[in-house]
Amino acid sequence: MHDVQDVKEMQAKQAGFAEKMKAKYNDKRFVNERHRAIRQGKDLLIMLFRTALVLGLSYVILGPLIGIVANSFFSNSDKYSPIVYLIPQNPTLERYALAIIRMNYWEVMRNMLIYVAGLTIIQLLVCSMVGYGFARHSFPGKKILFACVIIMIVIPSHTVMLPLYTFFMDFFGINLLGGSNAILGGTVPIIVMSFLGTGLRAGLYIYIFNQFFRGLPKEIEEAAAIDGAGSLYTYLFIMMPNAMPSIVTVTIFSIVWQYNDTFFSNLFMVSPDIVISKQITSLQANISNLDRIYDPAISTLYLYAGIVLVIIPVIILYVLLQKQFIEGVERSGIVG
Amino acid sequence: MSEQAEVVAIETPLPKKTHKPPKKSRLTLEQKKSIRGLLFVSPFIIGFVIFYLRSLIDTIVFSLTHTIMPEGAAAGFTREWAGIANFREAFTEHPTFTQELVDSLLNMSVDVLLIIFFSLFMALILNQKFKGRTLARAIFFLPVILNSEAINLAITMARAMMMGGMSPVSAEVVEAAGTSGPNLMYYIYMFEELGLPIALIDYVVEAVMRINVIITASGVQMIIFIAALQSIAPSLYEVAKIEGATPYETFWKVTFPMVSPLIITNVVYTVVDSFIRSPVVGLSYRTIFTLHNFSLGSVFSLVSMLAVCLLLFITCAIISKHTYYHN
Repeated sequence: MHDVQDVKEMQAKQAGFAEKMKAKYNDKRFVNERHRAIRQGKDLLIMLFRTALVLGLSYVILGPLIGIVANSFFSNSDKYSPIVYLIPQNPTLERYALAIIRMNYWEVMRNMLIYVAGLTIIQLLVCSMVGYGFARHSFPGKKILFACVIIMIVIPSHTVMLPLYTFFMDFFGINLLGGSNAILGGTVPIIVMSFLGTGLRAGLYIYIFNQFFRGLPKEIEEAAAIDGAGSLYTYLFIMMPNAMPSIVTVTIFSIVWQYNDTFFSNLFMVSPDIVISKQITSLQANISNLDRIYDPAISTLYLYAGIVLVIIPVIILYVLLQKQFIEGVERSGIVG
Repeated sequence: MSEQAEVVAIETPLPKKTHKPPKKSRLTLEQKKSIRGLLFVSPFIIGFVIFYLRSLIDTIVFSLTHTIMPEGAAAGFTREWAGIANFREAFTEHPTFTQELVDSLLNMSVDVLLIIFFSLFMALILNQKFKGRTLARAIFFLPVILNSEAINLAITMARAMMMGGMSPVSAEVVEAAGTSGPNLMYYIYMFEELGLPIALIDYVVEAVMRINVIITASGVQMIIFIAALQSIAPSLYEVAKIEGATPYETFWKVTFPMVSPLIITNVVYTVVDSFIRSPVVGLSYRTIFTLHNFSLGSVFSLVSMLAVCLLLFITCAIISKHTYYHN
């Protein structure tokens, strides 16, 4: 009897406890706590998923790069040692020393930077001018002309490569005076094209500037006009300083694409003394022929050093301007 | 320089002329403004006419004529009307053109779909607030910065040399590296046994194997999507929250419609970008500059361009039907 009573008491206690818990569970005071616990769990899961994804994909991107950088410091023994992975035992700078000599690095890089910087400045000026013209002036045939900008973005320059080549081959008869191919082989064709708003991906830059200038308030220009500013003055000293996000975006895009461009430099046969990417393609063959390094595994290490040397300037630029760049794209009007 | 002078000439006499009778000036203000606009745009007009319009017409002329290079001459060629003979040759006689064209177009359509999905997904993730977000964004944009055709070519050449048997040891090492890791075929068979459609399995396997290509090609698209996400007004999300929408509903009812106009931009960018890398472009480049067959090469580039434009037109028509335009 005693036991039964005990059990009943226990059951009643338990039921009471369960009810209490239920009440507590439904109690408004603890609702927030419960929700918070669920939310925290969810957040933790999302965070784990996100971290795994971002880390994994970052590795896919950075993996080859890390391999190249690490390999460029390998000495011959490291390359063939089975226990060496990424961190060399006898690191050497010899790869870089020889790659610099064989690529004629300093001179070519200087020329390349001047070439790229010059083209970027031209592209910036011309494309912003054209974009401003489209954004803030109405003139007959504007829609058709803007359609031409879109056509220029959509049509790959490969479609028109042959006529471009033949056009610059007899550039208004200049070649007849200067012997064969006075224009091709230099930087003139691409400079002319950039000046006329049809340089490398110029359509995209015009589009970006057009979208950005359209978003600026009209009152700026009206105030300038009332104060007696001409339209060239308005464009250069009033509109351009306001277009900083677009300028940063276009500058980086232009530098990077011009730097990596092989299409125009191959088409117009720009000399390898100016374009560093032409040095990299022939580097391995040069090194195995001139320095008698016939083992491809070793000569590849020199190629890796050369690649690191070539990408360093762009990486530096990107690291310096990275923040402005991503913010710039966000405000530059690509999105419209 | 002459443009500047003209602009200044039109500009200067504005304040003084106001008290004179307006008959003197023949141009109305509207006309003056439109001339100014034309002057601003003029470099582009000249460039487009010289380099694109003329070149397009020239390409068409090339494709409709036989180019004959006289033997012994250093440069120059003569043209002879050929009608559609070059087109017939490209489609019926050339051994690889039709195959490469179809291949390129198919690959492009597969890639575009994957790249758009991937970049939108990554943009959603990179748009959230978490530690190291700036670094992650920088890393994901890195492939765009380092995407140099020359470097890729050099690495491909180095690999080819390595596999070419010049050094048996290194070739062995490369092979061993290739066979390690999980056995993919096992999983493919397993999913086949489960009765999943083979086309779907192939597509997924293809996508996974090309993950590197897809990540590399979607940097710009990702940035554009991030920018679009940032430009969505926070008030829309507040309303959705007050109305009791779940995150899932919020995505489909707020985020996706607001981002959708940018999908077309990204599709165009992706198609054009992957077309430049496609084998059919390489084929026309080789035909023109290595084999010096100008007519046939022009036919290749013309046909492939038209095919890509058609592809773009169809995709954009389909997408724009489902696009929501806020303004």
